[in-house]
Amino acid sequence: MDLFEYQGRDLFERHGLPVLGGGVAETPQEARAIAERLGGKVVVKAQVKVGGRGKAGGVKLADGPDEAEARATDILGMDIKGHTVHKVMLAETADIKEEYYFSYLLDRANRTFLCIASVAGGMEIETVAEEDPERVAKIAIDASKGVDEAKAREIVSAAKFPAEVAEQVVDIAVKLWAAFVAEDATLVEVNPLAKVGDGRVLALDAKVTLDENAGFRHPDHEALEDKSAVDPLEQAAKEKNLNYVKLDGEVGIIGNGAGLVMSTLDVVAYAGEKHGGVKPANFLDIGGGASAQVMANGLEIVLGDPAVKSVFVNVFGGITACDAVANGIIQALALLAERGEQVTKPLVVRLDGNNAEAGRAILDGANNPLVTRVDTMDGAAEKAAELAAAGK
Amino acid sequence: MAIWLTKDSKVIVQGITGGEGSKHTKRMLAAGTQVVGGVNPRKAGTKVDFDGTELPVFATVAEAIAATGADVSVIFVPPAFTKAAVVEAIDAEIPLAVVITEGVPVQDSAAFWAYNVAKGEKTRIIGPNCPGIASPGASNAGIIPADITPQGRIGLVSKSGTLTYQLMYELREFGFSTAVGIGGDPIIGTTHIDALKAFQEDPDTDAIVMIGEIGGDAEERAAEFIKANVTKPVVGYIAGFTAPPGKTMGHAGAIISGSAGTADAKKVALEAAGVKVGKTPSETAQLMRDILS
Repeated sequence: MDLFEYQGRDLFERHGLPVLGGGVAETPQEARAIAERLGGKVVVKAQVKVGGRGKAGGVKLADGPDEAEARATDILGMDIKGHTVHKVMLAETADIKEEYYFSYLLDRANRTFLCIASVAGGMEIETVAEEDPERVAKIAIDASKGVDEAKAREIVSAAKFPAEVAEQVVDIAVKLWAAFVAEDATLVEVNPLAKVGDGRVLALDAKVTLDENAGFRHPDHEALEDKSAVDPLEQAAKEKNLNYVKLDGEVGIIGNGAGLVMSTLDVVAYAGEKHGGVKPANFLDIGGGASAQVMANGLEIVLGDPAVKSVFVNVFGGITACDAVANGIIQALALLAERGEQVTKPLVVRLDGNNAEAGRAILDGANNPLVTRVDTMDGAAEKAAELAAAGK
Repeated sequence: MAIWLTKDSKVIVQGITGGEGSKHTKRMLAAGTQVVGGVNPRKAGTKVDFDGTELPVFATVAEAIAATGADVSVIFVPPAFTKAAVVEAIDAEIPLAVVITEGVPVQDSAAFWAYNVAKGEKTRIIGPNCPGIASPGASNAGIIPADITPQGRIGLVSKSGTLTYQLMYELREFGFSTAVGIGGDPIIGTTHIDALKAFQEDPDTDAIVMIGEIGGDAEERAAEFIKANVTKPVVGYIAGFTAPPGKTMGHAGAIISGSAGTADAKKVALEAAGVKVGKTPSETAQLMRDILS
């Protein structure tokens, strides 16, 4: 889960990292009130989970409450790379003398964590990393040892932080690591970490990604979730413990296993090229034990998407036998009819693997005119794309 | 023969008394696996009956090894206890620990991996969040359905469970030496490269299927390894060619951010290493069929 900057700032503050005073506003009036509280000059920053907001005009300076309200009016509702701005953060301004970069993140290749630090921070850090990689230090962190003062000194020296800020950066490095571990983060990034006029080093931005798998250790993290950004169907699916991602096509997809469903999306997209460019409407993994109930919930979510014109149910019977899956589909259709949600869109079902013959026989026996059985993944994708194109 | 798991492997189950643990212990036994016991400190000293096979429950992995000579542990404990279970397996120096559990915090996986390295990597860890390892006709450690294919001479390594089953099914006419599901998490024990190396060295494997997914650069690194070290034919498949950037699709690892980690980038890297890459599972199976027939 990616946090907004203001949530990251609050998290940093809770862990004793040096940040500037700030607050978050959803309306220009709230922005004015925060500017009054902060006093003096403020910076108004769009809260979006995408980079490049500065260049898009989502960060503006304001001289006082009047101007803060005006800038918040400009920025709220703005579209930045497809993200609508619902919130702005207001923060005290800083007299920036130098900009550094500092982050901790996962290092998949080495199965551990990594610190990336540079004295050439700021908006151009990616260019620096590409053109002048020696100015960007990468230091492996042993997951069992973490970052103590000695490790922090190693980082500071590797990244060549100037002597006058070294002690402050050591302290920040240790505290940031403590925050990273305590919150089960997979990324904490400070860009810029800035030296300001009075010599202090401050975290002026905060990018934080939290590990959702660790949610059981952090009941407080749920409140950080951005409900406004979640598609209503995704929200409904989540409440039913379904792994659903809304996409923008016409062929609804239900399958078992993340890899197989991803592969199904590909096969449907290829088939769609021959059928008016129809595409997958969603990703939905109903997992190994596809009971009738789970299948009904899945179908309900997928059919709840008005863009869906046909549904492709792609199941490989591994642990769950195909006859159970076939029964699940038939019962799911009956269950939906009982709930008053008569299904009218065509379903293409492909069953393979464990007890596939029995499963296919059950589908044939049910003789539901909406259900077409196709026994290969490619053939079924083709049929589903064809039906979706016809329904457009 | 096969890699890492043979008919002689003696398997214990950590979490044998739990719902998933007991369900799959039964399946592993039915597949002919030598399951010799289980671990649950709260039920140590008791026995569990699996359709007539009585298995002893031990307090620790070390005790289970001492009593049974077990050399493989399959771990089904819930995410909150997985790190402790793996650390216990490492401490007992069991040669192979297969971590099936889904939803393990990545800091826990990083921690048990670091612990394993510090202890000299005496334990091969597969997973977490994986379907396990199966050597058809010999032994089955995990949740891969045992009856998809007979024993044969294809080796398979995959991030995804159901895609593993799909490809095994498509190529069931040939059969498999060993199929390894390494899991789709960002930090995993055994990698594509480890499995490729083992298959290359295995006299009973003639050709290799490698299944990847979008996200990370494991496939790119595997491609470099293949170029330098693998002489057996390798066929590849990558899921997620049409996945939109920035969306997580089920597996924690299957997310594209920026340009790296796309299916196309992985395909290009693998093809540069001489690997034939299919666009779909059926095309991938056909590529393998062309090589073997």
